[in-house]
Amino acid sequence: MEEIVVFAILLGIGYFFGARAEKQHLRLLQHREQAIKGLVLSTAGAKATVPDARQAELFVGSVVISSDFFKTFIAGLLKLFGGRITVYESLLERGRREALLRMEESALAWGAERVVNIRIQTAELSGNNGRGVVALEVMAYGTGVR
Amino acid sequence: MTVQPRSSQPRSSVSNLILTNIETVPGKTITQHLGLVQGSSVRAKHLGRDIAAGLKNLVGGELKGYTELLQEAREEATSRMVQDAQKLGANAIVNVRFATSSLTQGAAELFAYGTAVRVE
Repeated sequence: MEEIVVFAILLGIGYFFGARAEKQHLRLLQHREQAIKGLVLSTAGAKATVPDARQAELFVGSVVISSDFFKTFIAGLLKLFGGRITVYESLLERGRREALLRMEESALAWGAERVVNIRIQTAELSGNNGRGVVALEVMAYGTGVR
Repeated sequence: MTVQPRSSQPRSSVSNLILTNIETVPGKTITQHLGLVQGSSVRAKHLGRDIAAGLKNLVGGELKGYTELLQEAREEATSRMVQDAQKLGANAIVNVRFATSSLTQGAAELFAYGTAVRVE
């Protein structure tokens, strides 16, 4: 009985704080994305020519994100049925936008007009043994030119 | 081993070596290709950070400790690659790529590679 109560409390904490943090983060992301609107982004390959550029520099942005207790639990349930795991979709979206923004903001601070050949990659940090911390690293990098 | 100041800009500005992940260096022409250069760094997370991360896992969000850890590791991998390139007499590295692989529970390898070139 006690275990169930503790579990329910943890689930409640995870849901309450996790949802609040997510909402705040999404609002902040939108705000920050507005601020970097002037920067031209492109994922065109390494052969992209930038004839009008005078200087170039590599920029990297990364973030490690983790799931909350509630999401982990729901994902565990959803895994039984397969299909979309919506709770992780929003988590990854946040991570990806955050990593991109960090890269873009440092490029903008340097005075970049454009960032070309942007690459985004995701790596899992902890093994998937069920007990460990669900932690994912998202990194974005690209060449800023001015 | 030195820990670089925390910034998302690799230390190319410190060493005056230009890094790009495209095939050219905009505004300059490549005069000589010097071949593949690489750098890597294997890091394990330490206990204190792990406990903090475990707590953070309850409420979710960014694990700042790990973000910093991986950033430092990536900067070190990058600076090793830069040293490698300087040994060859390069003044730029083009087509830089990054890769991350987790070796075991709690240890990750950060790997950076690119083509060392001379530009004018």
